[in-house]
Amino acid sequence: MVDVAPAPPEDLTDPVTEPLGPVPDPHADESSRPRMPWSARLLLAVPVAVLTVFFLGPFALMLRTSFYRRVQGGFYEPAFVLESWTRLTSEFYVDRTIFSILACAFVAAITVAVAFPFTWYLTRMRPRFQVPLLVLLLSALALSEVIVAFAWDLILGRSTGITNVLVWIGLMSEPRSYTPGFVALAIGLAYIAFPYCVLAFYPTLSRIDDELVEAATTLGAKRGAVFRTVVVPLGRTTLVAGFLLVFVFTLGSYIIAQVLGRPEHWTLSVFISDQAVFNSNIPFAAAIAIFLTVVSLVVVAITSRLARQEVAS
Amino acid sequence: MIARLPRTLIISFVMAFLVAPILVVFVASLNANQFLDFPIEQASTRWYQELFTDSQWRTAVSNSLTIAVASAAFAVALALPMAFVLHTWKPRLTQVFFALGVLPFMLPPVISAMGALVLWNEIGRIGRIENVIIAHGVFFSTIPLITISLALRDIDPSLDEAAMTLGASGRRRFATIILPLLVPSIVTGYVASFVLSLNEYIIAFMVAGFSVETLPIKIFNSLRYGFTPTIAAVSVVFTAISVLALSVLARLGGLEKLLGGSVTER
Repeated sequence: MVDVAPAPPEDLTDPVTEPLGPVPDPHADESSRPRMPWSARLLLAVPVAVLTVFFLGPFALMLRTSFYRRVQGGFYEPAFVLESWTRLTSEFYVDRTIFSILACAFVAAITVAVAFPFTWYLTRMRPRFQVPLLVLLLSALALSEVIVAFAWDLILGRSTGITNVLVWIGLMSEPRSYTPGFVALAIGLAYIAFPYCVLAFYPTLSRIDDELVEAATTLGAKRGAVFRTVVVPLGRTTLVAGFLLVFVFTLGSYIIAQVLGRPEHWTLSVFISDQAVFNSNIPFAAAIAIFLTVVSLVVVAITSRLARQEVAS
Repeated sequence: MIARLPRTLIISFVMAFLVAPILVVFVASLNANQFLDFPIEQASTRWYQELFTDSQWRTAVSNSLTIAVASAAFAVALALPMAFVLHTWKPRLTQVFFALGVLPFMLPPVISAMGALVLWNEIGRIGRIENVIIAHGVFFSTIPLITISLALRDIDPSLDEAAMTLGASGRRRFATIILPLLVPSIVTGYVASFVLSLNEYIIAFMVAGFSVETLPIKIFNSLRYGFTPTIAAVSVVFTAISVLALSVLARLGGLEKLLGGSVTER
Protein backbone atom coordinates (compact mmCIF):
# COMPACT_ATOMS: atom_id res chain seq x y z
CA MET A 1 0.00 0.00 0.00
CA VAL A 2 2.69 2.43 1.01
CA ASP A 3 4.47 2.41 -2.34
CA VAL A 4 1.23 3.59 -3.88
CA ALA A 5 1.63 7.00 -2.40
CA PRO A 6 3.99 9.29 -4.25
CA ALA A 7 7.03 10.45 -2.29
CA PRO A 8 6.38 13.51 -0.20
CA PRO A 9 6.93 16.64 -2.22
CA GLU A 10 10.64 17.50 -2.11
CA ASP A 11 10.70 21.26 -2.36
CA LEU A 12 8.08 21.93 0.22
CA THR A 13 10.95 21.81 2.66
CA ASP A 14 12.35 25.16 1.71
CA PRO A 15 11.45 27.87 4.13
CA VAL A 16 10.48 26.32 7.38
CA THR A 17 8.18 29.17 8.04
CA GLU A 18 6.23 28.81 4.85
CA PRO A 19 2.91 27.18 5.66
CA LEU A 20 2.12 23.85 4.08
CA GLY A 21 -0.66 25.76 2.51
CA PRO A 22 -2.68 28.69 3.55
CA VAL A 23 -3.61 28.06 7.12
CA PRO A 24 -7.28 27.39 6.55
CA ASP A 25 -9.12 30.43 7.74
CA PRO A 26 -12.84 30.64 7.22
CA HIS A 27 -12.63 34.41 6.88
CA ALA A 28 -9.86 34.39 4.30
CA ASP A 29 -10.86 35.95 1.02
CA GLU A 30 -9.52 35.45 -2.47
CA SER A 31 -6.76 38.01 -2.24
CA SER A 32 -5.14 36.44 0.79
CA ARG A 33 -4.34 33.32 -1.21
CA PRO A 34 -0.58 32.73 -1.08
CA ARG A 35 1.38 32.00 -4.22
CA MET A 36 1.63 28.35 -5.04
CA PRO A 37 5.22 27.09 -4.91
CA TRP A 38 6.59 25.46 -8.03
CA SER A 39 6.70 22.07 -6.39
CA ALA A 40 2.96 22.22 -5.79
CA ARG A 41 2.35 23.31 -9.36
CA LEU A 42 4.33 20.37 -10.62
CA LEU A 43 2.51 18.02 -8.28
CA LEU A 44 -0.78 19.20 -9.74
CA ALA A 45 0.44 19.43 -13.33
CA VAL A 46 1.34 15.74 -13.61
CA PRO A 47 -2.08 14.24 -12.86
CA VAL A 48 -3.81 17.00 -14.82
CA ALA A 49 -1.57 16.23 -17.80
CA VAL A 50 -2.32 12.52 -17.55
CA LEU A 51 -6.07 13.20 -17.41
CA THR A 52 -5.78 15.60 -20.33
CA VAL A 53 -3.89 13.13 -22.51
CA PHE A 54 -5.90 10.05 -21.64
CA PHE A 55 -9.34 11.51 -20.99
CA LEU A 56 -9.79 14.88 -22.72
CA GLY A 57 -7.51 14.14 -25.67
CA PRO A 58 -9.58 11.19 -26.88
CA PHE A 59 -12.62 13.47 -27.22
CA ALA A 60 -10.78 15.55 -29.80
CA LEU A 61 -9.71 12.36 -31.56
CA MET A 62 -13.26 10.97 -31.47
CA LEU A 63 -14.66 14.20 -32.84
CA ARG A 64 -12.16 14.16 -35.70
CA THR A 65 -12.66 10.46 -36.38
CA SER A 66 -16.42 10.91 -36.57
CA PHE A 67 -15.90 12.85 -39.82
CA TYR A 68 -13.62 10.21 -41.34
CA ARG A 69 -14.73 7.99 -44.13
CA ARG A 70 -15.29 4.38 -43.34
CA VAL A 71 -13.57 1.92 -45.66
CA GLN A 72 -15.78 -1.09 -46.33
CA GLY A 73 -14.42 -4.25 -44.77
CA GLY A 74 -11.43 -2.40 -43.47
CA PHE A 75 -10.86 0.50 -41.20
CA TYR A 76 -11.29 4.19 -41.92
CA GLU A 77 -9.42 6.91 -43.77
CA PRO A 78 -8.96 10.62 -43.12
CA ALA A 79 -11.67 12.63 -44.85
CA PHE A 80 -14.36 15.11 -44.01
CA VAL A 81 -17.68 13.40 -44.56
CA LEU A 82 -20.90 13.82 -42.62
CA GLU A 83 -21.96 10.24 -43.23
CA SER A 84 -21.79 9.16 -39.57
CA TRP A 85 -23.66 12.21 -38.36
CA THR A 86 -26.43 12.00 -40.94
CA ARG A 87 -26.84 8.34 -40.04
CA LEU A 88 -27.24 9.33 -36.40
CA THR A 89 -30.16 11.60 -37.34
CA SER A 90 -31.95 8.81 -39.18
CA GLU A 91 -35.31 7.79 -37.77
CA PHE A 92 -33.93 4.56 -36.34
CA TYR A 93 -31.30 6.24 -34.19
CA VAL A 94 -33.61 9.07 -33.14
CA ASP A 95 -36.00 6.38 -31.92
CA ARG A 96 -33.17 4.58 -30.11
CA THR A 97 -32.15 7.82 -28.43
CA ILE A 98 -35.68 8.55 -27.26
CA PHE A 99 -36.07 4.99 -26.03
CA SER A 100 -32.74 5.12 -24.15
CA ILE A 101 -33.68 8.38 -22.45
CA LEU A 102 -37.20 7.30 -21.50
CA ALA A 103 -36.15 3.85 -20.29
CA CYS A 104 -33.32 5.25 -18.16
CA ALA A 105 -35.53 8.02 -16.74
CA PHE A 106 -38.14 5.40 -15.84
CA VAL A 107 -35.56 3.20 -14.10
CA ALA A 108 -34.08 6.23 -12.34
CA ALA A 109 -37.50 7.26 -11.02
CA ILE A 110 -38.22 3.81 -9.60
CA THR A 111 -34.74 3.41 -8.13
CA VAL A 112 -34.88 6.79 -6.42
CA ALA A 113 -38.38 6.10 -5.08
CA VAL A 114 -37.14 2.98 -3.28
CA ALA A 115 -33.60 4.07 -2.45
CA PHE A 116 -34.57 7.33 -0.77
CA PRO A 117 -36.75 5.93 2.04
CA PHE A 118 -34.40 2.95 2.31
CA THR A 119 -31.38 5.21 2.84
CA TRP A 120 -33.31 7.24 5.40
CA TYR A 121 -34.14 4.13 7.44
CA LEU A 122 -30.58 2.89 6.97
CA THR A 123 -29.07 6.05 8.41
CA ARG A 124 -31.31 5.81 11.48
CA MET A 125 -30.07 2.33 12.36
CA ARG A 126 -27.48 1.53 14.99
CA PRO A 127 -24.02 0.94 13.50
CA ARG A 128 -24.26 -2.72 14.49
CA PHE A 129 -27.11 -3.20 11.99
CA GLN A 130 -26.02 -0.52 9.60
CA VAL A 131 -22.55 -1.83 8.76
CA PRO A 132 -23.61 -5.29 7.51
CA LEU A 133 -26.21 -3.63 5.28
CA LEU A 134 -23.59 -1.27 3.93
CA VAL A 135 -21.27 -4.18 3.19
CA LEU A 136 -24.12 -5.96 1.39
CA LEU A 137 -24.79 -2.80 -0.56
CA LEU A 138 -21.17 -2.36 -1.53
CA SER A 139 -20.91 -6.02 -2.48
CA ALA A 140 -23.86 -5.60 -4.81
CA LEU A 141 -22.13 -2.52 -6.18
CA ALA A 142 -18.95 -4.48 -6.78
CA LEU A 143 -20.76 -7.27 -8.59
CA SER A 144 -19.74 -7.30 -12.22
CA GLU A 145 -22.45 -6.25 -14.64
CA VAL A 146 -21.81 -9.54 -16.38
CA ILE A 147 -22.66 -11.51 -13.24
CA VAL A 148 -25.71 -9.35 -12.49
CA ALA A 149 -27.06 -9.86 -15.99
CA PHE A 150 -26.43 -13.58 -15.85
CA ALA A 151 -28.04 -13.96 -12.40
CA TRP A 152 -31.19 -12.06 -13.33
CA ASP A 153 -31.36 -14.04 -16.53
CA LEU A 154 -31.50 -17.18 -14.38
CA ILE A 155 -34.02 -15.69 -11.94
CA LEU A 156 -36.37 -14.40 -14.62
CA GLY A 157 -35.91 -17.26 -17.07
CA ARG A 158 -38.55 -19.92 -17.60
CA SER A 159 -36.79 -23.12 -16.61
CA THR A 160 -34.81 -21.86 -13.61
CA GLY A 161 -36.68 -18.77 -12.62
CA ILE A 162 -38.82 -17.39 -9.92
CA THR A 163 -42.04 -18.20 -11.80
CA ASN A 164 -41.44 -21.87 -10.93
CA VAL A 165 -41.76 -20.90 -7.29
CA LEU A 166 -44.94 -18.96 -8.01
CA VAL A 167 -46.38 -21.98 -9.82
CA TRP A 168 -45.43 -24.20 -6.90
CA ILE A 169 -47.17 -21.90 -4.43
CA GLY A 170 -50.14 -21.83 -6.75
CA LEU A 171 -50.05 -18.17 -7.70
CA MET A 172 -49.37 -18.95 -11.35
CA SER A 173 -50.57 -21.70 -13.64
CA GLU A 174 -47.38 -22.26 -15.61
CA PRO A 175 -43.80 -20.90 -15.58
CA ARG A 176 -43.10 -17.88 -17.75
CA SER A 177 -40.00 -16.18 -19.02
CA TYR A 178 -39.53 -12.46 -18.54
CA THR A 179 -36.12 -12.38 -20.10
CA PRO A 180 -35.12 -10.97 -22.46
CA GLY A 181 -37.64 -8.21 -22.21
CA PHE A 182 -38.30 -4.77 -20.83
CA VAL A 183 -39.09 -6.04 -17.31
CA ALA A 184 -35.76 -7.85 -17.11
CA LEU A 185 -33.94 -4.82 -18.52
CA ALA A 186 -35.53 -2.49 -15.96
CA ILE A 187 -34.78 -4.84 -13.04
CA GLY A 188 -31.17 -5.32 -14.16
CA LEU A 189 -30.58 -1.60 -14.59
CA ALA A 190 -32.22 -0.82 -11.25
CA TYR A 191 -30.02 -3.44 -9.59
CA ILE A 192 -26.71 -2.00 -10.78
CA ALA A 193 -27.85 1.56 -10.08
CA PHE A 194 -29.38 1.04 -6.64
CA PRO A 195 -26.16 0.90 -4.56
CA TYR A 196 -24.79 4.04 -6.24
CA CYS A 197 -28.04 5.80 -5.56
CA VAL A 198 -27.96 4.90 -1.86
CA LEU A 199 -24.35 6.08 -1.60
CA ALA A 200 -25.38 9.38 -3.16
CA PHE A 201 -28.18 9.87 -0.60
CA TYR A 202 -26.22 8.57 2.35
CA PRO A 203 -24.09 11.59 3.36
CA THR A 204 -26.96 14.10 3.31
CA LEU A 205 -29.52 11.89 4.98
CA SER A 206 -27.14 10.69 7.69
CA ARG A 207 -26.48 14.31 8.62
CA ILE A 208 -30.12 15.13 9.27
CA ASP A 209 -30.28 15.78 12.97
CA ASP A 210 -32.27 13.35 15.07
CA GLU A 211 -33.53 16.31 17.09
CA LEU A 212 -35.50 17.58 14.09
CA VAL A 213 -37.29 14.27 13.94
CA GLU A 214 -37.87 14.30 17.68
CA ALA A 215 -39.19 17.86 17.54
CA ALA A 216 -41.66 16.94 14.80
CA THR A 217 -42.74 13.86 16.72
CA THR A 218 -43.17 15.85 19.91
CA LEU A 219 -45.39 18.25 18.01
CA GLY A 220 -47.58 15.31 17.09
CA ALA A 221 -46.38 14.31 13.64
CA LYS A 222 -46.69 10.64 12.78
CA ARG A 223 -43.79 8.78 11.18
CA GLY A 224 -45.16 9.18 7.66
CA ALA A 225 -45.71 12.88 8.22
CA VAL A 226 -42.18 13.30 9.57
CA PHE A 227 -40.81 11.66 6.46
CA ARG A 228 -42.90 13.81 4.12
CA THR A 229 -42.53 17.13 5.88
CA VAL A 230 -39.02 16.94 7.34
CA VAL A 231 -36.89 14.37 5.51
CA VAL A 232 -38.06 14.88 1.94
CA PRO A 233 -37.72 18.69 1.95
CA LEU A 234 -34.27 18.49 3.55
CA GLY A 235 -33.15 15.86 1.06
CA ARG A 236 -34.66 17.42 -2.04
CA THR A 237 -31.38 18.46 -3.59
CA THR A 238 -29.76 15.11 -3.04
CA LEU A 239 -32.91 13.47 -4.39
CA VAL A 240 -32.43 15.30 -7.67
CA ALA A 241 -28.72 14.49 -7.67
CA GLY A 242 -29.48 10.81 -7.10
CA PHE A 243 -31.95 10.77 -9.98
CA LEU A 244 -29.34 12.29 -12.25
CA LEU A 245 -26.67 9.86 -11.13
CA VAL A 246 -28.85 6.83 -11.81
CA PHE A 247 -29.99 8.25 -15.14
CA VAL A 248 -26.48 8.77 -16.49
CA PHE A 249 -25.27 5.54 -14.97
CA THR A 250 -27.97 3.40 -16.59
CA LEU A 251 -27.56 5.26 -19.86
CA GLY A 252 -24.01 3.91 -19.91
CA SER A 253 -24.87 0.30 -19.18
CA TYR A 254 -23.86 -2.10 -21.88
CA ILE A 255 -24.15 -5.68 -20.68
CA ILE A 256 -27.55 -5.38 -19.01
CA ALA A 257 -29.22 -4.01 -22.13
CA GLN A 258 -27.38 -6.53 -24.27
CA VAL A 259 -28.27 -9.62 -22.22
CA LEU A 260 -31.61 -8.77 -20.60
CA GLY A 261 -33.13 -6.68 -23.38
CA ARG A 262 -34.24 -7.60 -26.85
CA PRO A 263 -32.58 -5.74 -29.72
CA GLU A 264 -35.41 -3.21 -29.62
CA HIS A 265 -34.38 -2.45 -26.03
CA TRP A 266 -30.76 -1.74 -26.87
CA THR A 267 -29.51 1.55 -25.56
CA LEU A 268 -27.02 3.91 -27.22
CA SER A 269 -24.14 2.34 -25.28
CA VAL A 270 -24.80 -1.01 -26.91
CA PHE A 271 -24.71 0.58 -30.35
CA ILE A 272 -21.38 2.24 -29.63
CA SER A 273 -19.54 -0.97 -28.84
CA ASP A 274 -21.52 -2.89 -31.43
CA GLN A 275 -20.43 -0.48 -34.15
CA ALA A 276 -16.85 -0.16 -32.90
CA VAL A 277 -16.10 -3.80 -32.21
CA PHE A 278 -18.38 -5.96 -34.31
CA ASN A 279 -18.96 -3.75 -37.34
CA SER A 280 -15.56 -2.01 -37.09
CA ASN A 281 -17.25 1.23 -38.00
CA ILE A 282 -15.10 3.44 -35.79
CA PRO A 283 -16.25 6.77 -37.27
CA PHE A 284 -19.91 6.00 -36.57
CA ALA A 285 -19.16 4.64 -33.08
CA ALA A 286 -17.19 7.83 -32.35
CA ALA A 287 -20.14 9.95 -33.51
CA ILE A 288 -22.55 8.11 -31.19
CA ALA A 289 -20.06 8.40 -28.32
CA ILE A 290 -19.77 12.17 -28.79
CA PHE A 291 -23.54 12.41 -28.96
CA LEU A 292 -23.97 10.35 -25.78
CA THR A 293 -21.43 12.60 -24.04
CA VAL A 294 -23.41 15.68 -25.01
CA VAL A 295 -26.67 14.13 -23.82
CA SER A 296 -25.08 13.15 -20.49
CA LEU A 297 -23.52 16.58 -20.01
CA VAL A 298 -26.81 18.34 -20.78
CA VAL A 299 -28.61 16.19 -18.21
CA VAL A 300 -25.90 16.89 -15.66
CA ALA A 301 -26.14 20.63 -16.32
CA ILE A 302 -29.94 20.80 -16.16
CA THR A 303 -30.10 18.80 -12.98
CA SER A 304 -27.38 20.69 -11.17
CA ARG A 305 -29.17 23.93 -12.09
CA LEU A 306 -32.41 22.55 -10.69
CA ALA A 307 -30.62 21.56 -7.54
CA ARG A 308 -29.13 25.03 -7.18
CA GLN A 309 -32.52 26.70 -7.62
CA GLU A 310 -33.95 24.52 -4.93
CA VAL A 311 -31.15 25.47 -2.59
CA ALA A 312 -31.78 29.13 -3.34
CA SER A 313 -35.53 29.00 -2.82
CA MET B 1 -45.46 -2.36 15.52
CA ILE B 2 -47.74 -1.02 12.81
CA ALA B 3 -45.94 2.29 12.56
CA ARG B 4 -42.73 0.48 11.70
CA LEU B 5 -44.34 -1.47 8.87
CA PRO B 6 -43.18 0.64 5.91
CA ARG B 7 -39.66 0.55 7.25
CA THR B 8 -39.61 -3.20 7.74
CA LEU B 9 -41.17 -3.77 4.32
CA ILE B 10 -38.73 -1.59 2.44
CA ILE B 11 -35.67 -2.92 4.20
CA SER B 12 -36.64 -6.57 3.71
CA PHE B 13 -37.58 -5.96 0.10
CA VAL B 14 -34.26 -4.25 -0.63
CA MET B 15 -32.27 -6.94 1.16
CA ALA B 16 -34.03 -9.71 -0.77
CA PHE B 17 -33.51 -7.78 -4.01
CA LEU B 18 -29.80 -7.26 -3.34
CA VAL B 19 -29.14 -10.79 -2.14
CA ALA B 20 -31.18 -12.66 -4.79
CA PRO B 21 -28.62 -12.68 -7.63
CA ILE B 22 -25.75 -13.51 -5.28
CA LEU B 23 -27.73 -16.38 -3.78
CA VAL B 24 -28.87 -17.76 -7.12
CA VAL B 25 -25.37 -17.76 -8.55
CA PHE B 26 -24.07 -19.47 -5.42
CA VAL B 27 -26.68 -22.24 -5.60
CA ALA B 28 -26.05 -22.70 -9.32
CA SER B 29 -22.32 -23.09 -8.69
CA LEU B 30 -22.93 -26.09 -6.43
CA ASN B 31 -24.94 -27.99 -9.00
CA ALA B 32 -23.22 -31.27 -9.83
CA ASN B 33 -24.98 -31.50 -13.17
CA GLN B 34 -23.45 -29.80 -16.20
CA PHE B 35 -26.87 -28.38 -17.05
CA LEU B 36 -28.75 -26.29 -14.64
CA ASP B 37 -31.70 -27.80 -12.86
CA PHE B 38 -33.64 -26.18 -10.08
CA PRO B 39 -33.86 -27.32 -7.38
CA ILE B 40 -30.49 -28.99 -7.70
CA GLU B 41 -30.37 -32.72 -7.24
CA GLN B 42 -26.81 -33.19 -6.14
CA ALA B 43 -24.33 -30.73 -4.76
CA SER B 44 -20.69 -30.72 -5.76
CA THR B 45 -17.64 -28.53 -5.62
CA ARG B 46 -16.16 -29.88 -8.84
CA TRP B 47 -16.68 -26.61 -10.71
CA TYR B 48 -14.54 -24.81 -8.18
CA GLN B 49 -11.78 -27.33 -8.75
CA GLU B 50 -12.05 -26.87 -12.47
CA LEU B 51 -11.57 -23.18 -11.96
CA PHE B 52 -8.15 -23.71 -10.45
CA THR B 53 -7.01 -26.40 -12.86
CA ASP B 54 -8.23 -24.96 -16.16
CA SER B 55 -5.43 -22.77 -17.51
CA GLN B 56 -7.80 -20.49 -19.44
CA TRP B 57 -9.67 -19.48 -16.33
CA ARG B 58 -6.40 -19.11 -14.45
CA THR B 59 -5.07 -16.73 -17.11
CA ALA B 60 -8.25 -14.67 -16.94
CA VAL B 61 -8.03 -14.46 -13.15
CA SER B 62 -4.39 -13.39 -13.25
CA ASN B 63 -5.06 -10.79 -15.97
CA SER B 64 -7.88 -9.32 -13.93
CA LEU B 65 -5.83 -9.24 -10.73
CA THR B 66 -2.84 -7.65 -12.49
CA ILE B 67 -5.02 -4.95 -14.00
CA ALA B 68 -6.88 -4.29 -10.75
CA VAL B 69 -3.73 -4.08 -8.57
CA ALA B 70 -1.88 -1.81 -11.01
CA SER B 71 -4.75 0.41 -12.08
CA ALA B 72 -5.88 1.07 -8.51
CA ALA B 73 -2.30 2.10 -7.67
CA PHE B 74 -2.28 4.35 -10.71
CA ALA B 75 -5.63 5.85 -9.70
CA VAL B 76 -4.32 6.69 -6.22
CA ALA B 77 -1.07 8.07 -7.65
CA LEU B 78 -3.15 10.47 -9.79
CA ALA B 79 -5.62 11.36 -7.07
CA LEU B 80 -3.40 11.87 -4.01
CA PRO B 81 -1.24 14.76 -5.31
CA MET B 82 -4.24 16.33 -6.99
CA ALA B 83 -6.43 16.20 -3.88
CA PHE B 84 -3.57 17.43 -1.69
CA VAL B 85 -2.60 20.41 -3.85
CA LEU B 86 -6.19 21.45 -4.54
CA HIS B 87 -7.03 21.29 -0.85
CA THR B 88 -3.88 22.97 0.42
CA TRP B 89 -3.40 25.82 -2.05
CA LYS B 90 -6.85 26.12 -3.58
CA PRO B 91 -5.56 27.45 -6.90
CA ARG B 92 -7.78 29.68 -9.01
CA LEU B 93 -9.05 26.85 -11.22
CA THR B 94 -9.74 24.43 -8.36
CA GLN B 95 -13.32 23.86 -9.51
CA VAL B 96 -12.18 23.11 -13.04
CA PHE B 97 -9.44 20.71 -11.95
CA PHE B 98 -11.81 18.94 -9.61
CA ALA B 99 -14.40 18.63 -12.36
CA LEU B 100 -11.72 17.15 -14.62
CA GLY B 101 -10.99 14.56 -11.95
CA VAL B 102 -14.64 13.68 -11.37
CA LEU B 103 -15.85 13.71 -14.97
CA PRO B 104 -14.44 10.38 -16.21
CA PHE B 105 -16.49 8.51 -13.64
CA MET B 106 -19.56 10.73 -14.11
CA LEU B 107 -19.85 9.96 -17.81
CA PRO B 108 -20.92 6.52 -19.05
CA PRO B 109 -17.89 4.19 -19.10
CA VAL B 110 -18.54 3.29 -22.71
CA ILE B 111 -17.42 6.82 -23.59
CA SER B 112 -14.07 6.38 -21.84
CA ALA B 113 -13.81 2.99 -23.53
CA MET B 114 -14.43 4.45 -26.98
CA GLY B 115 -12.00 7.29 -26.30
CA ALA B 116 -9.24 4.91 -25.25
CA LEU B 117 -9.90 2.71 -28.27
CA VAL B 118 -9.51 5.65 -30.65
CA LEU B 119 -6.43 6.92 -28.79
CA TRP B 120 -4.57 3.61 -28.93
CA ASN B 121 -5.55 3.08 -32.55
CA GLU B 122 -3.99 6.45 -33.26
CA ILE B 123 -0.80 5.63 -31.35
CA GLY B 124 -0.71 2.21 -32.93
CA ARG B 125 -0.19 0.16 -29.79
CA ILE B 126 -3.40 -1.75 -29.52
CA GLY B 127 -4.43 -4.70 -27.42
CA ARG B 128 -1.91 -4.31 -24.60
CA ILE B 129 -2.54 -4.87 -20.95
CA GLU B 130 -0.95 -1.49 -20.09
CA ASN B 131 -3.68 0.21 -22.10
CA VAL B 132 -6.33 -1.32 -19.89
CA ILE B 133 -4.38 -0.40 -16.75
CA ILE B 134 -4.14 3.24 -17.84
CA ALA B 135 -7.78 3.39 -18.93
CA HIS B 136 -8.98 1.89 -15.65
CA GLY B 137 -6.63 4.08 -13.61
CA VAL B 138 -7.92 7.26 -15.24
CA PHE B 139 -11.56 6.15 -15.05
CA PHE B 140 -11.45 5.11 -11.40
CA SER B 141 -9.15 7.92 -10.16
CA THR B 142 -12.35 9.79 -9.28
CA ILE B 143 -12.92 7.46 -6.32
CA PRO B 144 -9.65 8.05 -4.41
CA LEU B 145 -9.88 11.72 -5.39
CA ILE B 146 -13.18 11.95 -3.52
CA THR B 147 -12.23 9.81 -0.51
CA ILE B 148 -8.92 11.66 -0.03
CA SER B 149 -10.48 15.11 -0.54
CA LEU B 150 -13.12 14.34 2.08
CA ALA B 151 -10.45 13.16 4.52
CA LEU B 152 -8.33 16.28 3.93
CA ARG B 153 -11.34 18.43 4.72
CA ASP B 154 -11.76 16.67 8.05
CA ILE B 155 -8.16 17.11 9.21
CA ASP B 156 -7.98 19.58 12.05
CA PRO B 157 -5.87 22.51 10.76
CA SER B 158 -4.51 23.13 14.25
CA LEU B 159 -2.46 19.92 14.01
CA ASP B 160 -0.55 21.27 11.05
CA GLU B 161 -0.24 24.69 12.67
CA ALA B 162 1.15 23.17 15.84
CA ALA B 163 3.80 21.27 13.90
CA MET B 164 4.65 24.41 11.96
CA THR B 165 5.06 26.39 15.15
CA LEU B 166 7.41 23.69 16.40
CA GLY B 167 9.51 24.22 13.28
CA ALA B 168 8.65 21.19 11.18
CA SER B 169 9.25 21.65 7.47
CA GLY B 170 6.46 21.31 4.93
CA ARG B 171 7.79 17.99 3.76
CA ARG B 172 8.11 16.67 7.28
CA ARG B 173 4.61 17.79 8.19
CA PHE B 174 3.24 16.05 5.12
CA ALA B 175 5.05 12.83 5.97
CA THR B 176 4.37 12.79 9.70
CA ILE B 177 0.96 14.43 10.04
CA ILE B 178 -1.03 14.68 6.84
CA LEU B 179 -0.09 11.37 5.23
CA PRO B 180 -0.75 9.17 8.29
CA LEU B 181 -4.14 10.83 8.71
CA LEU B 182 -4.91 10.15 5.06
CA VAL B 183 -4.08 6.44 5.19
CA PRO B 184 -7.67 5.22 5.76
CA SER B 185 -8.98 7.31 2.87
CA ILE B 186 -6.14 6.16 0.62
CA VAL B 187 -6.83 2.53 1.49
CA THR B 188 -10.56 3.02 0.89
CA GLY B 189 -9.92 4.67 -2.45
CA TYR B 190 -7.48 1.95 -3.44
CA VAL B 191 -9.72 -0.96 -2.41
CA ALA B 192 -12.82 0.55 -4.04
CA SER B 193 -10.94 1.14 -7.31
CA PHE B 194 -9.44 -2.34 -7.09
CA VAL B 195 -12.81 -4.03 -6.65
CA LEU B 196 -14.49 -2.01 -9.38
CA SER B 197 -11.62 -2.61 -11.80
CA LEU B 198 -11.77 -6.32 -11.10
CA ASN B 199 -15.39 -6.38 -12.21
CA GLU B 200 -15.30 -3.85 -15.03
CA TYR B 201 -16.26 -5.14 -18.46
CA ILE B 202 -16.82 -2.58 -21.18
CA ILE B 203 -13.58 -0.58 -20.94
CA ALA B 204 -11.43 -3.70 -20.69
CA PHE B 205 -13.33 -5.24 -23.58
CA MET B 206 -13.10 -2.31 -25.96
CA VAL B 207 -9.50 -1.41 -25.14
CA ALA B 208 -7.94 -4.86 -25.36
CA GLY B 209 -10.72 -7.44 -25.20
CA PHE B 210 -9.40 -9.58 -28.02
CA SER B 211 -5.90 -10.06 -26.67
CA VAL B 212 -6.20 -9.58 -22.90
CA GLU B 213 -9.04 -11.68 -21.59
CA THR B 214 -10.09 -10.48 -18.14
CA LEU B 215 -12.47 -12.44 -16.00
CA PRO B 216 -15.68 -10.53 -16.83
CA ILE B 217 -14.77 -10.81 -20.52
CA LYS B 218 -14.10 -14.52 -20.18
CA ILE B 219 -17.40 -15.00 -18.33
CA PHE B 220 -19.29 -13.11 -21.01
CA ASN B 221 -17.57 -14.99 -23.84
CA SER B 222 -18.37 -18.32 -22.16
CA LEU B 223 -22.00 -17.30 -21.74
CA ARG B 224 -22.33 -17.07 -25.50
CA TYR B 225 -21.81 -20.81 -25.65
CA GLY B 226 -24.35 -21.41 -22.95
CA PHE B 227 -24.29 -21.45 -19.22
CA THR B 228 -21.92 -23.72 -17.31
CA PRO B 229 -21.65 -24.04 -13.52
CA THR B 230 -18.01 -22.96 -13.86
CA ILE B 231 -19.25 -19.48 -14.69
CA ALA B 232 -21.32 -19.51 -11.51
CA ALA B 233 -18.34 -20.79 -9.50
CA VAL B 234 -16.05 -18.08 -10.83
CA SER B 235 -18.70 -15.45 -10.08
CA VAL B 236 -18.94 -16.70 -6.52
CA VAL B 237 -15.16 -16.60 -6.03
CA PHE B 238 -14.98 -13.08 -7.39
CA THR B 239 -17.90 -11.86 -5.35
CA ALA B 240 -16.27 -13.40 -2.29
CA ILE B 241 -13.04 -11.50 -2.99
CA SER B 242 -15.02 -8.26 -3.25
CA VAL B 243 -16.99 -8.89 -0.07
CA LEU B 244 -13.81 -9.80 1.77
CA ALA B 245 -12.04 -6.62 0.64
CA LEU B 246 -15.03 -4.51 1.62
CA SER B 247 -15.41 -6.18 5.02
CA VAL B 248 -11.76 -5.43 5.71
CA LEU B 249 -12.57 -1.80 4.97
CA ALA B 250 -15.57 -1.90 7.28
CA ARG B 251 -13.40 -3.37 10.01
CA LEU B 252 -10.54 -0.95 9.37
CA GLY B 253 -12.43 2.15 10.25
CA GLY B 254 -16.00 3.29 10.40
CA LEU B 255 -17.39 2.44 7.01
CA GLU B 256 -20.23 4.89 7.59
CA LYS B 257 -17.74 7.66 8.12
CA LEU B 258 -15.71 6.76 5.06
CA LEU B 259 -18.87 6.94 2.99
CA GLY B 260 -19.34 10.50 4.13
CA GLY B 261 -21.99 9.95 6.74
CA SER B 262 -22.02 11.40 10.19
CA VAL B 263 -21.77 8.83 12.89
CA THR B 264 -23.59 9.58 16.04
CA GLU B 265 -24.15 7.24 18.91
CA ARG B 266 -27.57 5.80 18.57
